[in-house]
Amino acid sequence: MRLSVQETAFDPGAEANAFTAAVQGAGAVVTFAGLVRDNGGALAAMEIEHYPGMTEKAIMAMMDQAMDRFRLADALVIHRHGRLAPGEVIMMVATASAHRADAFAAAEFLMDYLKSRAPFWKKEIGADGAAWVTAKDEDETALKRW
Amino acid sequence: MIELRYFAWLRERIGTGRETVQTEARTVAELVAQLAAMDEGHAMAFADLKSLRVALDQELADFEAPLAGVREVAFFPPMTGG
Repeated sequence: MRLSVQETAFDPGAEANAFTAAVQGAGAVVTFAGLVRDNGGALAAMEIEHYPGMTEKAIMAMMDQAMDRFRLADALVIHRHGRLAPGEVIMMVATASAHRADAFAAAEFLMDYLKSRAPFWKKEIGADGAAWVTAKDEDETALKRW
Repeated sequence: MIELRYFAWLRERIGTGRETVQTEARTVAELVAQLAAMDEGHAMAFADLKSLRVALDQELADFEAPLAGVREVAFFPPMTGG
């Protein structure tokens, strides 16, 4: 299990390959990457603020829960903070399990929790100014299925 | 003495990301009442508690939670990770 909260860019393909090569006893690997949307060309940059210390603790707790609940062989979360340009990779999740259903479910579980329980806040910088991204009701609703 | 942390628009409204206050507050709600009375920025930041979240020593909590033994209280809007 590995977590990295970092400002620097990373290569999701290389991370997925390394994760897959290192995993033992799995028959399925699922990876997901989240990118900065350009909002039809209106977005200049995205700034991501976080709460150092709590971010790591909260995500590690989510990952521990996912490992148990979905009988994962391994899990990886990388999440960036700081200033990102449209199209850049914000974060990725990788999960490995014996069969695909658990790996898919665990990736969705981690994504749902990262969205509304990991202390990150996104701000969109556009030509007309900057605005904090507001949390969506459906993100909160998404947690209820777990 | 209690260490306070503010994030996102809360930090911008208050004008700082951290401050230390002397408090007799027994719960988060009592602390919020004290902070909201400090100045206009704090009053604006704490105007609508429904749009705020709180963490005590880096664990999510609610506004009725006791402050006994807590060193760091963080206030922030709902999180937007992922």
